[in-house]
Parts: sequence; C-alpha cells; structure tokens
Amino acid sequence: MIRETLFDRILLRTAGALLALLWIVPLAYAVWAAFHPAAFEARFELLAPLTLDNFASAWSQAPFARYFLNTVLLVAMILGAQLVLCTLAAFAFARLEFPGKSVLFTLILMQLLVMPDILLVENYKTMRALGLVDTILAIGLPYFASGFAIFLLRQTFMTIPKELDEAARVEGCSLLGLLWRVYVPLGKPAMLAFALVSVSHHWNNFLWPLIITNSVETRPLTVGLSIFATTDSGTEWAVINAATLMTSAPLLIGFLLFQRQFVQSFMRAGIK
Amino acid sequence: MDRRTWIYAWLMLLPALVFLIAFTHLPAVTTIIDSFWTTAKGRRASTFAGLGNYEKMLADPIFLKAMVNSAIYAAITIPASILLALGMALLVNRPFRGVGLVRMAFFTPTVLPLIAVANIWLFFYAPGFGLIDQIRLFFGLPSANYAGQPATALYSVAVVTIWKEAGFFMIFFLAALQTIPQSLREAAAIEGCSRWTFFRRVTLPLIMPTTLFVSVNAVINAFRLVDHVFVMTKGGPDSATMLLLYYIFETGFRFWDTAYAAALTVVLIAILFIAGIGQFLLVDRRVHYK
Repeated sequence: MIRETLFDRILLRTAGALLALLWIVPLAYAVWAAFHPAAFEARFELLAPLTLDNFASAWSQAPFARYFLNTVLLVAMILGAQLVLCTLAAFAFARLEFPGKSVLFTLILMQLLVMPDILLVENYKTMRALGLVDTILAIGLPYFASGFAIFLLRQTFMTIPKELDEAARVEGCSLLGLLWRVYVPLGKPAMLAFALVSVSHHWNNFLWPLIITNSVETRPLTVGLSIFATTDSGTEWAVINAATLMTSAPLLIGFLLFQRQFVQSFMRAGIK
Repeated sequence: MDRRTWIYAWLMLLPALVFLIAFTHLPAVTTIIDSFWTTAKGRRASTFAGLGNYEKMLADPIFLKAMVNSAIYAAITIPASILLALGMALLVNRPFRGVGLVRMAFFTPTVLPLIAVANIWLFFYAPGFGLIDQIRLFFGLPSANYAGQPATALYSVAVVTIWKEAGFFMIFFLAALQTIPQSLREAAAIEGCSRWTFFRRVTLPLIMPTTLFVSVNAVINAFRLVDHVFVMTKGGPDSATMLLLYYIFETGFRFWDTAYAAALTVVLIAILFIAGIGQFLLVDRRVHYK
C-alpha cells in the first residue's frame, strides 16, 4: 500500500467526520425543531421535552391527508402507465426489426434533454383544450411515455439471450406471450430500479403540478406543502418543520430501509 | 423482413409515441412557432411578430438579470458540487468504522423533495431562529437575513443546490473509484509514489469520463432545478434570485404573456441542447456502460 502516516489518517478521518456533520446539520436542526415545543426551536437543551404536537397541528391546519392520497394516486398512476407503455416500446426496439427504427429511437432519446417539465406553457394549453386542467390525470399525462424508461428497458432486454425467444416461439408462444413470459420476468430488476427512481421523482415533482392544479382535491404533497409554508400567517417554524418532515417521511424511511437499492437505482438513472 | 413484424412493432410503439409526441415534441415545436407571434389579448388576436419577442428580450432588464444570475448560479453550483462530490467519494472509498453512516449523511439530501429541502434551509437561514443566526448572535454579530437580502440571496440559494446535489454526484465518483485496479496501487507503492502524485497521475485521469458526465448533469440541473426558489425567495428580493426557468413561469403564468414565455423557453431549450451535444461529443464515447 501507499504509505499512510498517522497524520494522514487523522486528517482524513477528521475531514470526513466534519463534512458529514456539516451535511446532516440542516436536517438535524429541522428534526430538532419538529419534535420539540416551539419554545425550544432555538434553544438546545438535552432534556427539552419531546412532543408530537407539531405534527398534530400541521395535520389539522391543512388537508395533508388528502394531499397524501393525491400524491399516492399520482405516483401509482404514472408508474403503472410508464411500465406498460415503455415495456412495449422497449421490446419493439430491442427485438424487432422495422423501418424507421433509428429515427424513432432518436426521437425518444431527445426527451432526455427536452423534458416536458420545461414546456410548461404549451402543455398547459393542451390540457386546457382537453378540459383536464386541475385533474390528477393532467399532472401525470406528460410523463406517461418516459424516454429514460424505454432506454433502460431496451438495454436490459438486449442482454437477454435470443435462444430463449426461439425456444418460446417453438413452443407456439405469441409475441405478447413471449414478452410477458420471458422478457418481463427477466427484466424485473431493471423495472424495480426504474420504479424507485420514478416514484421518488414524481413524489418530489413540483413545478408542473403547481401550474396545473388549483384545488385541494388534486394538489400533491409538494404543492400543498409549499402553500402551507408560504401562507404568511404566523405559522410557527416548528409546525412547518413537522409538515416538511411528514411529507418527505415515506421516501426518507424507504431510503433508510433500502439504502443499497436506492443508491444503485439512482446511479442507473444517471448513467443513461 | 416480414410485414407482420413491422405492424406488430409499430403497434407496440404507438401508445408510447402518441404520448411522447403530444407532450414533448409537438409542444417543443409549437413553442418555437409561438415565439414569433404576439400574445392574444382580449379581442386582439395574435399577430406575427417576427423577431419582436427576441428583441424585447434583449431590452428586458429582468431577462438580462436572469441570464446573469443563471450564469453566476451555474458557475458556483457546478464546480462546488463536483469538487465536494469527489472529496466525499475519496473520503468514503475506504473502510472505516461508521463509513456507512457517513455515506448516508451525504446521500440523504438526494431523496428529499427540493421543496422540503428549501423549507429546511429557510429555517436554517431564518433571522433570529436559524442556526446560522444563532451562531452570529453568539459571536456578537448583528442578525442577518441571508435569503432575504439582495447581496446574499443568490448565494444562499446556490448553497442549497450544492447540498442537495453533491451526494448524488458522489455515488458516480464512488463507482468510478472502485473500478481502479488494485494492481495500480501496488505498482505505485513499489515506485514509492506519494499519495498526491497517485491521485494526480492515476486517479484523476481514470475518473475523467465520470467527471465530464457529472459536469453535464450539473449544467442541466443548474438550469432546470428552480423549485427551491419558489419557497425561499420567489425570484426576489429585487430579482436577485431570478433564474431563467423561474422567469418563464412568472411570464407565462403570472403575467400570462405566453408568446414571450415561449421565446424565453426557446432560449432554455437551446441551452439544454448545447449541453446535450456536449455530452454526446465529450462523454458518451468514453463512459462505459455497466
């Protein structure tokens, strides 16, 4: 090994510990404020009384239950549609030969750069023409066909040995049967990775839902939270912090439980 | 090739393509077309404006401010998050007690919604309550409102972005570091090579593709992530944190000047395209897929 002096080691350890501490402090500060009475939000006493009152009052001051329901519906709808549409498309690109293949594939890759997220005005006009403004469906529609999902699944499907296809066809399997019996089961790890990324992305998405929704019945958590936190009334910081943690809790807990899967899925999402 | 396969293939692609074209390609094209027309107002129908919207842009102080801000914002967040990410990856790329916790501390901001992150930091910055102000008061300094004063607002927004992004970029560097063969380390040790020389001559060149890849992502994010601006500053004070995408939102949905918003969107699309071409030319050939 390359020489590592005791000094090096102490230096690196200290730097690591300091940086990690620095990174966790903002979150820890919010957690502290959320679990203590407002009087302690800026006073640090080890024995300050713990409380869940802030969560209770956040829950009662805004329709968070409804926001949670909206977000869950939204995320499930998008993921379901993405998996169906993108699996079909990815299979066609991975295994079938047809005219226009490369042009169409390029069109799909273009979505990785120009996402629907920035085409706000035009997509709003489309939704208005369809009469869908202020519906959960309208939040999800632009994301149903995901260029990234098609690309990821195509890559996965291409690694599946062709002999399996032939065997299945000899058995008299139709094209859809082949997709369902061979490709979908073997593509499951990639689908799971994509599912994690898709769920966390749409759970966190904000700008498009903000524009297209304007009622409690459709607003997802992120938009609900931003409205709750910016209404100027004297809402206490402790309560806002509680609401903030509450809305991120499902993802945060999921991450703590399935760290490895999260990190690997996010990595796959990055390396397109 | 048999015609039945073609038909099957097209049928399988059809649903995805319909959505893709309806919500990505068509709106991108109509955005460009709309940018050459005026916004219809009341009874006045939209008329052809030629380059009118683009001329207006060059004379629009808020647009120019937004471009300068976006440039500063990119110039801070991109190098800072990349350097920190690399530093983090180097720190946790060695076994020691608690390494899992340290990695978790770095990565956690990545899974939080940017809106939640903005709230957390707004509290952190809050004058009187926030930890930063507490420290200032402790040292006898006057209270300061970092997110609320023009001189520091943009930087405090940039810090939030860095906090959120660095841990995400770290995982790519970590993956790259783990592909560096152990034999190189041994060879370097035999040569009596110092830690710094090894880093500069071996590690750095080997992770170059990852660095480029991460940079392109950082560029795209610098123009795409504005959620925290909504909560922290709303583009203010005095346009100090006005970023391009936030300005598009304001123009399109607060002032309903959709034609001008379309022209602004064209600028954003152009920037993202240039970044994309950069990725294609620089990165794709050298990143190997796993």
